[in-house]
Formats: sequence, C-alpha cells, structure tokens
Amino acid sequence: MKRSFESPITLLGARALAPFIMMFGLYVIFHGHYSPGGGFQGGALLAASVLLMRVASGSKTSSLILSNAVTTPMGVVGVLIYFGTGLLAMFLGGSNFLDYEGLPIPGMSPYYLRYTGILIIEVGVGLAVMAALVLIYDKMADGEVSQ
Amino acid sequence: MIEANLPAMFVVSYISISLLIVLAGVRFKESAQPLATFGAGVTAVLSLVGWIVVKANTEAGFPAIRYGFGGWAPPIGIEFVLDGLSAFFLMVVNGVAAVVLWHSAGNLDKHLDAHPPTFYALASLFLLGLNGMILTGDLFNLYVFLEISSLSSYALIAIGSRQAPLAAFRYLILGTVGGTLYLIGVGFMYAMTGTLNMIDMMAIIPLIAEEPAVLVALLLMIVGIGVKAALFPLYGWLPESYTQTNSISSALIAPIGTKVAAYVMIRVLLFVFGASGLNAVWPLSEVIAYLAGAGILFGSIMAILQKNLKRMLAFSSVSQIGYILMGVALMNPLAFAGALFHVLNHAIMKATLFMVSSHLERQEESVDIRDFNDSYRVKYPWTMATFTLAAISMIGLPPMAGFFSKWMLALGTIEADHWVLLGVILTSSLLNAVYFFGILEKVYLRRSGQKEASQASMNEVSWGMRLPALILALTLLCFGFFNVPLLDILQTLFPV
Amino acid sequence: MEMFLANYAYAFTLLILCIGLYGMFFKRNLVKKVIGLSIFQAAVIMFFVSLASKMGGTVPVKWDEIPVEMIDGYMNPLPHTLMLTAIVVGVATQGVAFGLLVNIWNRFKTLEEDALNEAILEDSRD
Repeated sequence: MKRSFESPITLLGARALAPFIMMFGLYVIFHGHYSPGGGFQGGALLAASVLLMRVASGSKTSSLILSNAVTTPMGVVGVLIYFGTGLLAMFLGGSNFLDYEGLPIPGMSPYYLRYTGILIIEVGVGLAVMAALVLIYDKMADGEVSQ
Repeated sequence: MIEANLPAMFVVSYISISLLIVLAGVRFKESAQPLATFGAGVTAVLSLVGWIVVKANTEAGFPAIRYGFGGWAPPIGIEFVLDGLSAFFLMVVNGVAAVVLWHSAGNLDKHLDAHPPTFYALASLFLLGLNGMILTGDLFNLYVFLEISSLSSYALIAIGSRQAPLAAFRYLILGTVGGTLYLIGVGFMYAMTGTLNMIDMMAIIPLIAEEPAVLVALLLMIVGIGVKAALFPLYGWLPESYTQTNSISSALIAPIGTKVAAYVMIRVLLFVFGASGLNAVWPLSEVIAYLAGAGILFGSIMAILQKNLKRMLAFSSVSQIGYILMGVALMNPLAFAGALFHVLNHAIMKATLFMVSSHLERQEESVDIRDFNDSYRVKYPWTMATFTLAAISMIGLPPMAGFFSKWMLALGTIEADHWVLLGVILTSSLLNAVYFFGILEKVYLRRSGQKEASQASMNEVSWGMRLPALILALTLLCFGFFNVPLLDILQTLFPV
Repeated sequence: MEMFLANYAYAFTLLILCIGLYGMFFKRNLVKKVIGLSIFQAAVIMFFVSLASKMGGTVPVKWDEIPVEMIDGYMNPLPHTLMLTAIVVGVATQGVAFGLLVNIWNRFKTLEEDALNEAILEDSRD
C-alpha cells in the first residue's frame, strides 16, 4: 500500500480524474439541502479522490496533497465546526442545542437561519468524513510490514 | 442557562473534552489523563444536579424533563428525557467512571507506550455513548449512541496482551450483529407504529400488541440488546474481552458497559412495551427471568473453575448481570428496586475488584490465582483489605451493600411466586462465597505445614492508586448502612 | 406463492441477511467474516429503504410540480435519513474491523481462524 502502483497508465488516469472527483464532491456537499447529497456523501467523494492518488502514486508522493500531520487536525476542525455551531446557537441565541434559530447572524429570518445552519454543519461533516476515511487508509498502510 | 439545557450538557461536556484531549495531545501528551478525569468529574457533578432537579420536579408534579434537540417538539424531533431512572443511571455511570479515570493516573507508565491522548479520547467517547444511551428518548438515536460506545470499546479492548486484538475482533462481530438485530427490530416497530419516539410508542402499543410483527420486533430487540448486556446464552464475547485487555480499559468498561445495556432493556421492556405488551403473546418476561437465572448459575460455576483472576472476575460479571436482568424481568417494585440497587453495587464492586487486580498485575506481573500466597498479606495490606471489603459485598454479607440488593431481589422473587429463582439466588451466593473465600484463604490463612511467610516487605502501589479503590470500597459500606431511603426512592421508579 | 410475490422486497432482504450470516459464521478467514458483516448490514439498509417506498411516489426531494400536501407523491424521507446514519456506522465499524485485522496479522502472521486457535493454545500452554 505504501509503494506506488507500477503502471504509468494508472498514474496518468488517477492524476487526470482526481481533481474532477474532488470538484464533484464539493458540489455534492453544497447542494445537500436542495437535492440528493449532503455532508457524508460529499466527504466520501473527497476522500475517494485523495485515496485514488494514494493508491496510484504511493504514500510518499501523495502526502504532498494531504500529509499525515494535517489529517487528524482537519477531522477535529470538522467536528468543531458542527459542534461549535450547535454551541453558538445554545449560548448566544438562548435556544436549545443545535437549534439554528439562535445563530447570531444579523438580518435573517429564522427560516433562513436554519437553512444556513444546516449548510455550515454539512461543511463540517464533509471535512470530518474526509479526514476519517483518509486516516483509516493511512493507519492501515502504516501497519503494513514491508516484504 | 445550564439549568435550562441540562440534558444536552452531558453530551456537550464529553464531546468538548474529547476534542480538547486530541488537540492538546498534539503538544502536551501528559495532559490527556487529567483532562479526561476532569471531564468525567464535571459530568458526575452535572448528573448529581440532574438528580436533585428531578427530585424537585417530582414533588412539584411533573417528573420528567423533555428536551427537544434543534427546537423541534418531541414527536417530530429527537428528544432527551431526564427522569428518575435516567438520573440514577447517569450518577452511577459518571461517578464510577470519574473514580476509575482518577485511578488510572498511577498505571499509565506501564501500559500506554501507545498514546495517552488517543486512549483517553476513546474513553471519553465511550462515556459519551453511554450517557447518550441513558438520556435518549428516541429508539433510533439509541442505536446511534449504542454504536458510538461499542466502537470505542472495541478499540479500547484491543490494547492489551498479545491476544487482545483477537478478543476485540470477536467482540466486534458479535456486538455489531447485536446492534443490527436491534435496528431491524426498530424498523419493524416503525413500520407498525409510524413513530420512533419512546413516549409516543408507549401510547400506541396497547392497541397492536398482538400483531405478529410486534412480537418479532420484540424478540429481535431482546436478542439484540441481550448480546450487549450478556444475557445468558449470548455472553460469549465477555470472558475473553475482559481478560485480555489492559487493566485501565477493563476497570472502565466492565463495571458500566453491560449496565447501560440492562438500562436499555428496562426502557424497552418495562416502559415502551409494558408488562401487558411484553406478555401479550408469549410469556417473555418469564423466559428472560429463567434465562437470567441460568446465567447466574453458569457464571458462578465457571468462575470457580478459573485460574486467572481477571477471567474469574469476567465470569462473575456474567453472573451478576443475571441478577440485574432477573430483577427487571420479575415485574414488581421490590425486584425492580433490588435490580437497580444491584446496578449501583455491582458497578462499584467490579470497579474495585478490577482496580485491585491491576495493582496485583503491576507489582507481581501475573494474575494467576495459584500463585497467591501468604506473603501478599504483608506485601499488599491496603490492596488486600480493599479486596476483602469488595469480596464480602459480592458474596452478600451484611452490613455491606451487596446483602441488601440480594435481599430485595429475593423478596421480589417471593412476591412473584418464583420459588426456583429464589433457590437460584441463594445457591449462587454460596457459589460466590466459594471462589472469593478461596482467594481470601490463600492470602490470609496459612495451612499447617506451610513455612512462615517469606521475609517480604510492603511493596504497595502508590497512594494515587490505593486511595480510589479504598474510597469505592468504603462507599459500599456507606450504602449498606444508609440503604433504606435509597431503596424507598428506587421502588417509586417502577413504572405502573 | 402469491404471498412471496407480494412481499418480494422482504424476501430478498431475508435472503441477503442469510448470506451475510452464513459468511460470518461458516467462513474460516477473518476477512471473509468482515465481508459477511458488511453484507448483513447492507440487508438491513435495504429493509428500511423498502419500508419507505410508496406506489407512484417519487424521491423525497421537493419538486414544484407535486405540492407538499399531496403526500402520496413523495416517498417517506425518514427511513432514508436513518439509513444515511446507519451507512456511516457501517463504514466506521468496517474501519475498526480492518484496523484490528492489521494488528492481528502483525502479531500472528495469519488470518485463518484454525491457525489462530492453535497459536492461542500454544501460548496458553507455556
């Protein structure tokens, strides 16, 4: 899992496809509240693009895209975005936990506040899911005993 | 504002503590254990506040606090319900967890060349899952929290001896099958009633209790939760998991993991379905009571045969959870109060015993009972005293608290006219005495012909480890003396 | 026979559930057990989604041609959202399972259950 795949065709195909998969993943995250999609699905697609590069070009090269030291804090930041939105709504808005009506954004009706709140947490979920799936692969690759 | 959002604060505190441990662990590795203990301690205080608030509310006439997440009112939204039963279990779980995490500070250097921040973040997530399971009022939300706590416990158990990942893998397969069977049961109930809210379902079930789909759902849920609660034939994952893992995980998971699954059984069987719904087609409460009785005898007999102290304690856990499930299945207030008091007692007793075994493992490098001898009395006086107090309570001798919980359970079996189960309780107390007194005999009494205890000097573990174990053992004495008001309150928690 | 044809969705769910259980219990390799587990969870997801379907209903995404009051036009969205969560739980479980398998491989150098049982027996003998 750590060495790159030995064919240049795979490498070329992966390098061509990965940016488009990432773009599509972002599209799925941001359209989650309007059409099928959402945080988890978009996060899985983002992770798929990173993992495609990991498999095709090996761990050392593809760590230039997303290095090991960044993945765990990225996951934590994703959870913090979700959790922080809920807490903000609770502490500053005076409503229940995760009730986005209480978000302190001026000038929006409660309907649009909930709309925006869902959007923010979907971004958080996407980050956290991408980090988690890439971390699973990385930890398994670390445990590999080289032949 | 903490008062107004009290049910959510439990979840908030554990999530923030686990995130804080991961972030601080990047730079300060030693900060993980104090942070985790602090988090568990804060939540223990919150659960005490919750108990007081619920008591005040009960006097005012509305016993349960219902908190809808996201501002959505209960049947549509997911809610947390804080009533007397939830408050009691929250206090037990968070209190025992705080003491165990405090105790783990002394044991860290031996075990976790791995990574303290990861370990304590997993422990906080495990406690988050347990608290969520206790508080939630929605059947699917219960599945989510069940899986959170289960996944964390699979990872916690995998840190240990050479065979620990194998034991954790077996636990993973069996535990996930259990959770998925519970999920299928929830699906059937959703198809029959159209709602997932527990209080809503309570109102609808009397109308449909004889449908075959409801019976199948009930059976699936009982089997699913029974796997997590180690009900008699479904206990298979428990002995290996508790034996092979490291001593901090076993002291954390063993006292409280199966108890929360027993709480879920109480909620689903007694509150959602009720005595009438449970026994509508088949006499399921009697079946569960007899299976639990079989588990009690099986666990006690297997525990006598063990040579490894931790495996003996694991089989003893199988037997004690049988007491609790039998008390639940007997369907009267006396047995119910006995079962709840036994939850409290067993959590404290098992935590103490696993902490004692961690002391012995640390100082002696082995937990083989055949190696116990007279010198332990000199080398580990405080540890052995703590062990004696906990053992007396496990057997059920007054004035320790264990006697009173078994007494209430026995009264409950008499009330329900199940004389066989009364015999089971009394016999298993004798069997418990066999294996505990065996150890006490090896440590405190010297056979004639054996030489004088070798010139051993005191080799105790640090006070940071002795003190939590001693405090827990002394609380057993306290609960034994002051059991009457507590038992009266616990009897009122039975759903009529 | 017509009961089977009327409820074919549930019959297929049961079939896949049995395949998953067979894989988990009767296959000796640990990786095949994990695959059986994931097939088992997929069957449950299919069961819930089949509960949500209605004759003549479309996907539960709001479409201006079908007003929201006409509830038979949309399928039930609640089981779909529940199954999103269940899929995530399944992925996390498989992640933990594979992590445990890597650990077992590093310690025992085998993933066959028979060889593992022998290794455990040898360990306990000394």
